Amino acid sequence: MPLLTEAMRAAVGSLIDWRVSYPVDESDIRRWALAVYYPSAPPAVFTDRASAEASGVEFVAPEEFNPFAWAVAECMRATASRRGDPDALECMLGLPPLAFTTQLNGGTSAQYGENIRVGEVIRAESRLTSYSERDGRVGRMLFSVTTATWTNQRGELVRTERATSIRY
Amino acid sequence: MIANCTPESAQPGGTFSAGLRSSGFAEWNRFAAVNDEFIPLHMGDEAGRVAGYPGAIAMGRLQWSWAHNLLRAWLGTDGRIASVSMQFRRPLLRDAMFDIRAHIDVVRLVDTGDQILDLTIGLENESGEILAPGTATLHVFTPGGSVAGSPQRAQL
Repeated sequence: MPLLTEAMRAAVGSLIDWRVSYPVDESDIRRWALAVYYPSAPPAVFTDRASAEASGVEFVAPEEFNPFAWAVAECMRATASRRGDPDALECMLGLPPLAFTTQLNGGTSAQYGENIRVGEVIRAESRLTSYSERDGRVGRMLFSVTTATWTNQRGELVRTERATSIRY
Repeated sequence: MIANCTPESAQPGGTFSAGLRSSGFAEWNRFAAVNDEFIPLHMGDEAGRVAGYPGAIAMGRLQWSWAHNLLRAWLGTDGRIASVSMQFRRPLLRDAMFDIRAHIDVVRLVDTGDQILDLTIGLENESGEILAPGTATLHVFTPGGSVAGSPQRAQL
């Protein structure tokens, strides 16, 4: 039985949500680096701002840093409680839930622009790029692609990111 | 890191890799803490089995970070990551050995004198099966080549 409905097809291109981060803190960058390099120590440029800057190196976040984890300063709608909910996308688009039980990250693609620096405020705007469906070993699966555009407080492009979600 | 070339000597066919390692809840929980990703599939084996896997699986976003770590380590002070793309096709299981490899496919010279490198990257298991294939584009600064206004990344 097809998963895609006319309403879902019509939603392609729609704004899903927008979020505005709190100002990025030095500790946010340090903790991110400690986590993604564990069990190795992260490069000092991500943990020791003073020594990095003393040696002429700018203290910036790792490219893939997420400034929206846990809480945001502003958002289009309250989605935090739906983190990990396989029906969150349709909920945000005002579509009927599909009652999936599992959601997987199918892939990510990012193009990087400006660095993220301490004190910056990042805005992300996400749109639904596509829906598709296919059969897999666990049954019918729904693929959704979203595209997020990240900008800083000066309106400069920080990142364009496409994310594929697989649900069943 | 294991590499047969540096950013300065990069040519098509050059390779570099992170080296074999494994991961488990110690790594995954740390990442969950900074990425707000305490998802049952990554936190316990039973949720992994419900999803159709032998147990809990690693976050795609953490594999994504590990790929960035490798690219940053290889670039050192000589460049920046312009883009990365990865597909998470097969699960990375707890304690499974894996490596992240990069292969230089194309080296392009741009007007500034800098080089743009197009890479094939992948996270693979110890049998060489690719679990997460991908691509990356790196911008390698040539001394005296970058023009004013060229984006500068963290220098390692």
